[in-house]
Amino acid sequence: MSTMTFGRAITAGLRRAMDEDPKVILMGEDIGKLGGVFRITDGLQKDFGPHRVMDSPLAEAGIMGTAVGMAYRGYRPVVEIQFDGFIYPAFDQIVCQVAKLHYRTQGAVKMPITVRVPFGGGIGSPEHHSESPEAYFTHTSGLRVVSVSDPQDAYTMIQQAIASDDPVLYFEPKRRYHVKGEVDEGVDPASSDMGAARVVVRGTDVTLVTYGPLVPTARDAAVAASDDGISIEVIDLRSLAPIDFATVEASVRKTGRLVVTHEAAQSGGLGAEIAASITERCFDYLEHAPVRVTGFDIPYPYSKLEFHHLPDLDRILDGVDRALRRPNSLSGLDRPDSSQGAGQ
Amino acid sequence: MAQDGTRPGPGSTGGNDDAGPASGTVLPGPAHAGADDLVQLIDHHGVRHPHGHYDALVADVDGAALQRLYEDMVVVRRIDAEATALQRQGELALWPPLLGQEAAQIGSGRALRSDDFVFSSYRENAVAYCRGVDLADILRVWRGNASSGWDPYTINMATPQVIIGAQTLHATGYAMGIVNDGADSVAVAYFGDGATSQGDVNEAMVFAASYQAPVIFFCQNNHWAISEPVGLQAHVPIARRAPGFGIPSVRVDGNDVLACLAVTREALARARSGGGPTFIEAVTYRMGPHTTADDPTRYRDANELEDWAARDPLARLATLLDSLGLLDAGYTDSVKARADAVAAELREGCLSMPEPAPSDVFKHVYSTPNSWLDRQQDHYERYLASFAQAPQEGPR
Repeated sequence: MSTMTFGRAITAGLRRAMDEDPKVILMGEDIGKLGGVFRITDGLQKDFGPHRVMDSPLAEAGIMGTAVGMAYRGYRPVVEIQFDGFIYPAFDQIVCQVAKLHYRTQGAVKMPITVRVPFGGGIGSPEHHSESPEAYFTHTSGLRVVSVSDPQDAYTMIQQAIASDDPVLYFEPKRRYHVKGEVDEGVDPASSDMGAARVVVRGTDVTLVTYGPLVPTARDAAVAASDDGISIEVIDLRSLAPIDFATVEASVRKTGRLVVTHEAAQSGGLGAEIAASITERCFDYLEHAPVRVTGFDIPYPYSKLEFHHLPDLDRILDGVDRALRRPNSLSGLDRPDSSQGAGQ
Repeated sequence: MAQDGTRPGPGSTGGNDDAGPASGTVLPGPAHAGADDLVQLIDHHGVRHPHGHYDALVADVDGAALQRLYEDMVVVRRIDAEATALQRQGELALWPPLLGQEAAQIGSGRALRSDDFVFSSYRENAVAYCRGVDLADILRVWRGNASSGWDPYTINMATPQVIIGAQTLHATGYAMGIVNDGADSVAVAYFGDGATSQGDVNEAMVFAASYQAPVIFFCQNNHWAISEPVGLQAHVPIARRAPGFGIPSVRVDGNDVLACLAVTREALARARSGGGPTFIEAVTYRMGPHTTADDPTRYRDANELEDWAARDPLARLATLLDSLGLLDAGYTDSVKARADAVAAELREGCLSMPEPAPSDVFKHVYSTPNSWLDRQQDHYERYLASFAQAPQEGPR
């Protein structure tokens, strides 16, 4: 066990994957001497050489498309997208090629590509640096999508993503890079399932489902709610495609109430999929309609307003109050007299 | 769009100022007038012209080798005609003919080694033939029996790419892998004139130059991107773009199989020896429609087609062979027999293709179990099974 930051844990995981498999290569902008703008690949080019840690021209479609060719050749490329908002030029290659080649070739061609995406807001950046585009990819068959929230998962799951024969989008909550935690570097990545959700706080009254950057916020919400005598069960999804609905379902059967929170915009988002799937699976157990606490359906706002957009502890607790029909719910969205113009 | 129905004509001569008639614009006259930069070894009259540089690259191509190239072109033209017939007879949903582009594809395709790797678009069926594809496999996707036809690793050729130009990046990445492996094979990307407008193709050239990747960009400028003439997309000959990326380029008469063989061999040698990428613009002509669903009479002048028919890649080689005394009846009969046999094999392979099972729709989406999809498959299979259990009442 050693204490390391979330960011360093990813670095350590990358290093171990590269040590164990010479076919693992890193591709991306500024990932060589600079170590990436977030320093996640710090020192790796020095130790593994420029053929395994490749500074790419500034063209995301080019990076992704050449990664496809590398995968054809038997490599396991790990692509760094510098910021969430820069992934869109690569969208066609991800959706039409990376995701589909295995199906298209009836399993002949594997695309063991890992796409690392620093995502989410809260760091005071301008537009394009704080987005949460995960739902575009969870909607695309052929991809696996994960998001990590603590250093141990960061370390283990980057290795699991690289080892996966299916392509994986690995979403890193950039505002949590500095968070420290204990990491057991001796853990065997093959001994656990990247797709399994985890109950990170046990509770009995409400199931609060989240992932990535909002997991620490959800934990804080559980602590705060306990002061009011409310017991929140917090689930860190970890895998966003596929979602481990069995774990969520088991929790909701117990609590009867579901709150989902994510930074991404609400409409057509993961919260909608979770609400629908859980309603289908355990409608008879629900005491209240599922509640979503999400970013608004707006472009990511300028930084002075970003904390109005991002769900925070109080908005999450407000969602919990709504799910519990508590009279102190701030938004009152479920009251009959607010049904018009409330946007829901 | 001009009121008289003609193209607005950005660049009246476009990417074809000296290689042939400018599609969609005024025809400039003889095909090879002023074609100083166009590599040509056999002209459209079937006359072999010596070339100070490229003759050495095809010095081994004797009469028998020329006969084999001719046979290849006849066979792939026959494959094309048979597939078109199968489409007209309702056996294929669609077919993209290569008529007119036989020399470009056979000349380049026959230059490759088996350990080279091809990334093509959907029109390179003659290249697939050179790679040794099972004939029926080229029809599978067009018959709707699969999303693609073959295992790419069995013939070292990726299955056809439909997203225009995307495969040029795959070829470049594959070539970057060749460099990392210390191998001397080459990746070859086939694409058309229309694809050169795509960002992917331009990014591929940036990456290929940056990493000095052993990749050949083989552009068949067939003058038409469905209905859009090359002049709409290219204001200078396409091959001239590559040097701006730091990539040497060559324009070759794409209807001259020997010249296509020569320039491809040169590019392969450069790539194998660490010289990096080459861009080849093979100037040819799509004599048929874009696909069987297309109607070129809506946008293309019949005179233009006639003009290019006079430069047919097969006819000129036949004339040359005849002048060399290599086109006797015994030979032509054997070529015809071979083409007939291949066509029969193709038709039989098409008609006897096994139908996919309903559950195949779920196969190979992932290489690992997926709880979402497994659930959907389970539901659907139980739904289908319910018909069998209640044959008279239906599923309800």
